[in-house]
Amino acid sequence: MYDILIAAILTIITAATPLVYAAIGEMITEKSGVLNLGVEGMILVGAVCGFAAVHFTGSATLAILAGLGAGAGLALVFAVLVLGFQASQVATGLALTIFGIGVSALLGQDLVGIAYAGLPKISIPLLSSIPLIGPLLFNHDVMVYGSFMLVFAVAWLIKNSRAGLILRAVGDSHDAAHAIGYPVIRIRYLAILFGGGMAGLAGAYLSLAYSPLWVENMSAGRGWIALALVVFATWRPWRVFIGAYLFGGLTILQLHAQALGVGVPSQVMSMLPYIATIVVLVLISRDINKIKLNSPACIGKPFHPTS
Amino acid sequence: MLLSLVKRPEQSKAMVYVSPIIALGLTLISGILLFQIMGVHPAQALYAFFVDPITTKYGWAELGVKATPLILIGVALSVGFRAGVWNIGAEGQLTLGAICGGGIALWLYQVDSVFVLPLMIICGVLGGMAWAAIPAFLKTRFNANEILTSLMLTYVATLLLSLLIHGAWRDPDGFNFPVSRIFSDSATLPIIWQGTRLHLGWILTIAAAIAVWVLMSKTIIGFQIKVIGQAPKAGRHAGFSVNRTIWFSLMLGGGMAGMAGLFEVAGPIGQLLPSISPGYGFTAIIVAFVGRLHPVGVFFAGLVMALSYLGGESAQITMNLPLAVTGVFQGLLLFFLLACDVLITYRLQFKFPVTSTRGSKHV
Repeated sequence: MYDILIAAILTIITAATPLVYAAIGEMITEKSGVLNLGVEGMILVGAVCGFAAVHFTGSATLAILAGLGAGAGLALVFAVLVLGFQASQVATGLALTIFGIGVSALLGQDLVGIAYAGLPKISIPLLSSIPLIGPLLFNHDVMVYGSFMLVFAVAWLIKNSRAGLILRAVGDSHDAAHAIGYPVIRIRYLAILFGGGMAGLAGAYLSLAYSPLWVENMSAGRGWIALALVVFATWRPWRVFIGAYLFGGLTILQLHAQALGVGVPSQVMSMLPYIATIVVLVLISRDINKIKLNSPACIGKPFHPTS
Repeated sequence: MLLSLVKRPEQSKAMVYVSPIIALGLTLISGILLFQIMGVHPAQALYAFFVDPITTKYGWAELGVKATPLILIGVALSVGFRAGVWNIGAEGQLTLGAICGGGIALWLYQVDSVFVLPLMIICGVLGGMAWAAIPAFLKTRFNANEILTSLMLTYVATLLLSLLIHGAWRDPDGFNFPVSRIFSDSATLPIIWQGTRLHLGWILTIAAAIAVWVLMSKTIIGFQIKVIGQAPKAGRHAGFSVNRTIWFSLMLGGGMAGMAGLFEVAGPIGQLLPSISPGYGFTAIIVAFVGRLHPVGVFFAGLVMALSYLGGESAQITMNLPLAVTGVFQGLLLFFLLACDVLITYRLQFKFPVTSTRGSKHV
């Protein structure tokens, strides 16, 4: 029983980690007032580049960096179109997803069917031998630790740092921020690149640790779930974290239900995360004032410095 | 020398039509570069992609077969996009249309009647509409973002189809493969060009495109949709209902996507399979934008996108190129289009650095 419990919680953590990365990244992008619907595409490109890097160099560090860079690179295309060319954020985000699916399939065509051992686990000495807590908290790969630190750092920075304040100012009123003299466009570029990098890391985690292999379209809608998580969390980092773990919990239902002999077809279990996303969105969006109070006021609006 | 954007006094009408053509040109140039990088002879690859597929009568017919779902969905989506309703779950609505219409075909597989096909079409349309009604209801009643809900439902629809085909609807004589029975003749769309696969759906698609054109340019509903999309406040003042626009856009999109799905399974496929569409519902989004959200434009954009599908298949067979190249081309085209569209409201100006540029501010 003890072993099953530990195994179950570990599954939750691995399922939640990519969502934490992608949703925290998107949250920062949205805090700056930009809606990037291309998360799914950036995750896929991050996944394929991360896997390719580990396959050709053997270095896990390079692989993680490759995922980060690939996600940020694709986000740069989005940023140039949206900020430089004033293109519609919704349409460009959709284009990014369509393009990302195509490019990742093209890049990864020779990588299908190759196995990788997975990111090495780093046990923290002494702490990892504590019963229950040890295996749950102190025996993970570097990206799981990274996701904890990311949430801490982002939560603290947004609330307490000058950079966080400027980010929120730009997202809530770009005209006021511009009038005070903050470089609105440059801050948005950085926020978009950060979001892309984090989505790339989410992808790298999928292909390096979660699966670990490369299959076309392997993100299976996680990018969209991450987008919904940001709304669910009302743009707050710790709620993003909790939301990601709730969704991780759903995945485990899916994985363990059959092992426990529940007579539900696997397809129905696979529908759960998507249906849960819809339910959660409905519950949180029902209260229009709550969304209006919490969402960055300038989200989706283009910024013209002259007007 | 600096390139800068200067706002035009008013939107350029000409650029609305020129922009997709520039975007196509840029996509072709990137294609040449892409093939060069992949180590394929560009001229040969481009020929295999864009010319070879339409050198035969069969090829032209296939162009119509592939364009049918793209135009049908693209026309409907463009109405919603004009109203600011982002239905991006057309792929799921297409799947539900195939399930509901195809379900009729499986249920009545022994019935030989001229009424089977019309009943299938009606059920396909209703199925797509029912699936689109979910995001419409959640949007109008609970303010839930229709982009996310309609997309999530796409995944659910695919799983639902898989569930049915692996279970109740599996062909009893199919050696346990996850496919349904093959539809009977009276449940299959008649071929309108002998010796090809071009079916009745093509004619119905053109009729639907014309109907939407009339709807948008000649009726009060079309006018309301355009007003709500461009100036929601003005629309509300005039007494136009935003909620009704949302419902109308999604019902139209869902219905036509459902019809497209039914046409696929009752036409070129002829049975239900786990995968019935190579992403027509998503490509139709590109078709709508490239077609300038206008039925005539969507018609031509649908043909271009259909050619990219055919080209992908042809290049895979003749040159062993991966099928994914199609997706890359489609994505690139939309990127370039969005970038070129800046020229509608802005014009490019070359600025030569003059002395004392200290005061100039570039943001």
